[in-house]
Amino acid sequence: MVKVRDSRAAPAATYVARPTPERNPGTALDLDWVRDLRVNRSAVERRADTLVRRRTVKRDWQAAWLLRAVTCMDLTTLASDDTPGRVRRLCAKARHPVRRDLLAALGLGTADLRVAAVCVYHAFVETAVEALRGTDLPVAAVSTGFPAGLGPFPQRVAEIRASVAAGAREIDIVITRAHVLTGHWEALYDEVRAFREACGDAHLKTILGTGELGTLRNVARASAVCLMAGADFIKTSTGKEAVNATLPVGLVMARMIRAYRERTNVAVGFKPAGGIRTARQALDWLLLMKDELGDAWLGPARFRLGASSLLTDIERQLEHAVTGRYSAAHRHGMG
Amino acid sequence: MSKVAEIFETMAYGPAPESAAPAVAWLEGHQRRFAHFIGGTWAPPGEGEYFDTVNPATAQPLARVAQGGAADVDRAVAAARAAFPAWRALEGHARARHLYAIARHLQKHARLFAVLETLDNGKPIREARDIDIPLVARHFYHHAGWAALQSEALSGYEPVGVVGQIIPWNFPLLMLAWKIAPALATGNTVVLKPAEFTSLTALRFAELCAEIGLPPGVVNIVTGDGRTGETLVKHPDVDKIAFTGSTDVGRLIRVATAGTGKRLSLELGGKSPFVVFDDADLDSVVEGVVDAIWFNQGQVCCAGSRILAHEGIADQLVAKLKARMETLRMGDPLDKAVDLGAIIAPVQLEKIERLVAQGREEGATIWQPSWSAPQEGYFYPPTLCTDLGPADTIAQVEIFGPVVVLMSFRTPEEAVELANNTRYGLAASVWTENINLALDVAPKIKAGTIWINCTNVFDAASGFGGYRESGYGREGGLEGLWEYVRRVGGRPVGRPVPESAPTAPDPTVSNRPSAAPPARRAAGKGGGDVPIDRTAKLYIGGKQARPDGGYSLTVRAPDGTVVGEVARGNRKDLRNAVEAAHKAAGWGRATAHTRAQVLYYVGENLAARAGEFARRLERAVGLSPSAADAEVDLAVRRLFTYAAWADKWDGRVHHTPFRNVTLAMPEPIGVMAIVCPTRPSLLGLVSLVAPAVAMGNTTVVVPSEAYPLAATDFYQVLDTSDVPGGVVNIVTGARDELAEVLAGHDDVDAIWYDGPAEGCGMVERLSVGNMKRTWVSDGAARDWADPAHGAGEEFLREATQVKNIWVPYGE
Repeated sequence: MVKVRDSRAAPAATYVARPTPERNPGTALDLDWVRDLRVNRSAVERRADTLVRRRTVKRDWQAAWLLRAVTCMDLTTLASDDTPGRVRRLCAKARHPVRRDLLAALGLGTADLRVAAVCVYHAFVETAVEALRGTDLPVAAVSTGFPAGLGPFPQRVAEIRASVAAGAREIDIVITRAHVLTGHWEALYDEVRAFREACGDAHLKTILGTGELGTLRNVARASAVCLMAGADFIKTSTGKEAVNATLPVGLVMARMIRAYRERTNVAVGFKPAGGIRTARQALDWLLLMKDELGDAWLGPARFRLGASSLLTDIERQLEHAVTGRYSAAHRHGMG
Repeated sequence: MSKVAEIFETMAYGPAPESAAPAVAWLEGHQRRFAHFIGGTWAPPGEGEYFDTVNPATAQPLARVAQGGAADVDRAVAAARAAFPAWRALEGHARARHLYAIARHLQKHARLFAVLETLDNGKPIREARDIDIPLVARHFYHHAGWAALQSEALSGYEPVGVVGQIIPWNFPLLMLAWKIAPALATGNTVVLKPAEFTSLTALRFAELCAEIGLPPGVVNIVTGDGRTGETLVKHPDVDKIAFTGSTDVGRLIRVATAGTGKRLSLELGGKSPFVVFDDADLDSVVEGVVDAIWFNQGQVCCAGSRILAHEGIADQLVAKLKARMETLRMGDPLDKAVDLGAIIAPVQLEKIERLVAQGREEGATIWQPSWSAPQEGYFYPPTLCTDLGPADTIAQVEIFGPVVVLMSFRTPEEAVELANNTRYGLAASVWTENINLALDVAPKIKAGTIWINCTNVFDAASGFGGYRESGYGREGGLEGLWEYVRRVGGRPVGRPVPESAPTAPDPTVSNRPSAAPPARRAAGKGGGDVPIDRTAKLYIGGKQARPDGGYSLTVRAPDGTVVGEVARGNRKDLRNAVEAAHKAAGWGRATAHTRAQVLYYVGENLAARAGEFARRLERAVGLSPSAADAEVDLAVRRLFTYAAWADKWDGRVHHTPFRNVTLAMPEPIGVMAIVCPTRPSLLGLVSLVAPAVAMGNTTVVVPSEAYPLAATDFYQVLDTSDVPGGVVNIVTGARDELAEVLAGHDDVDAIWYDGPAEGCGMVERLSVGNMKRTWVSDGAARDWADPAHGAGEEFLREATQVKNIWVPYGE
């Protein structure tokens, strides 16, 4: 049997690193770049479709990759019926996302394996911070009038400040989709700049709401503006749009991150969110990251999976990896 | 640290092998030894000879396969012949059921076929599984449909008979499907020879034919090397040869079948351009290159092996390509996560290495990724060649490996010029976000398939095939079916041509004193009525031209009376005529309406002089007055017929199964040589020239050698009918002398020849210089007066080539 030659030497592991101090300072708005962007939807869809067929991970590799996916997860609850109790339960799961016996069986019994962050509405930031005390797990708050982002601008900025004051170390903002749809790139840039300013030391994730941007070219252009405005992550969706994170959208955004890095040498993170429910999907996103952006995007510093129910499916797959038997959801603790 | 923990750190890819066990079990079930499949059963080779088929990824033999000898081919052809009457007589619906069953069974055993293909060929299992085998099933489904529709869609046509098919090793089962599905759908029976390197899936397919109850003899598989193929090509009881492979072998086959009356379709090599404009989505372009040249290790006839990038973005593209090449994965083809597998055989590996070395010697920069290819088995890394020009060997020669060359251009015009700077014309890929540019460039590139913003996509509903030295004939779609049918009673084959003039053309030259008795011209009516001497010249580039040689031929009526003289054209006259025809290429870009108007006008002017032409035919050809009038009238009608067709020979939009429009456009072939029948001298010429020019071709016409005066009169009609100079060039003289020059002229794109069998063979044989398309009369006569025989869609098909343009859409 011929051995597969892996094309890249494995880089130093970065998975344990929490978001690095490295921030995206942003750049001046380069409108030429925005206007010159070209995205061919058919070709992008073809690449997205074949990318996940060209790559796969099996057995031990699959288990390891799924564990890594757990560490990249922004464990999220964004429901209108959220309560402090519900949020505390989620935080407890965030501390111990995978059954200890499974971790031990996989040889990671001593690892302090946790998700990347817990993501909640502003109202529950303090609850979450309290519940996660003693860990370095950050709390992320969705902000700026999530999910529509159409409240008065000063209040949206104030909301960021309030969440940061309440202890949020990451802020997931929503952009004004109208700026994209009408091509008001300066307005979009100024808006995100202001949000970035309001974040202070908190990391800024900009949610593009890609399901509402109409075209992949708009996704690329909105990504470029957000990158130049200083986003630390660009994120696909709120989870509330009719269409959420799709691989073609993710591919376009990943390519923009790559282009921005080529222009500025700053490596910005990517967060797909919405509709990611299965272990297979999580692996697909990791494959996309590895092939399009490289291994540095396989850890929480530069890659997040926004998800609520995904973790359960991953746990089931991990148990299968250990026992060889298909698992059931009720065998794993709820979040 | 546990293995999982270690991978958790490195996030490396691991092995993801597809099991070979079921395929190995199948091989073992046959004791790893395979006979031919003839008449529905396994038939050991007559001479008892077997050879190894090898897994290129391991260099280990997989099985032994029979070497087909003459006796084996004989038996297979006899079996196909025996099965033919019943198979063709079968109702279309019944044949559809068989093809449908083949498609269903292929899907049921899809994974076995895919794994076998990967083992035998070395292609990544992903490609065999996701591309080859699904396309194979799709091909049989699609053609099951054609079988069902045959009586309506191909009314008036019948199967050709026994078809010999020879396929290459790069897509073994897919090429089998492309050959067998249309042949069976239209009622032919086949003898197929797989490539010697890759016989296994064809043999498994043979089993499948038996499993679904296909009548014995309808499909016969004879394995073997080139010798077996040669035997099949030369077999006298084979009616048609369909070949996919190298242009060199295609040439041999053309020569071997010349003059036999065997139909021939060839799908040959390529050096397909991959044109990148500065407004393309470059990241998508990079993936396009991956699909273009690193698909199947670049062993693809239509591989986009010549990147032409706009100078403004060429460096950026090179940088992006290099980065992408680093992330390609090469290895065990059975691994589900590799991009590149093994090269088919040492001989191919050596060819690739030799050509890349030559490229380096000629000054090209050769770049390969930093990772190394596996040492075991036959592997070659993806390779990018820059700093070279169109004149360099590797920019011209088909490498058939994972090696791509990159050159730059400045303007769209230059891009087209560079794209066409090749002897091939199989496919091209064009990348731009500007639809105006895309649809401007697509018709200008001389290739059978143009992919806009995509590459290497195929479907059974779309015809695939080449221009120029990439061959002729199409596979897939309606356009592919014509290769496997012929007109019912179209040509009364075997009826000899009523040959030539009563006396052979007089070689006596008129402008030189001669001892021979002078040819006496028919006297005028009145004693003092001395006719004014009329000088029939050549007609080249819209002007009358004296022959280069300065010789003339005497023209006699059937009763021997001298009726005039015509110029004796020679090589140089033909050279000039071909050049004039090329200069008139704008005719092909004129609107069809314009061409129609010109043809109507020619008809109108011929009609105005009908009496004069008819009297000429009476005197010069010896026709009765009524026959002469009838011929002129038919000629006028025929001009009107093709004027009518000019703007009605539409293309199609194929229903290919992804979001795009696939435009099948009939395009003119280019410069056509037309060698006219001896008689009817006027109607024969008009019946051939009119469809050719109606479709936008420009022509070099050799009129009836014995009765050329109608043609020389005719150029006066052309002259007065707004026919642009060079569209119709007329060179009179000795037919076969001229046909020989035209058949061998490498800048003539097609030749039609109506004449004796030996001449047909000569034309077909000499056509191999540039693999021009030929259409010959096989020495049989045609009833030109009958519109069902002397006119119709057959002529239009022969005057055009179908280009498929794939245009994906969606913003």
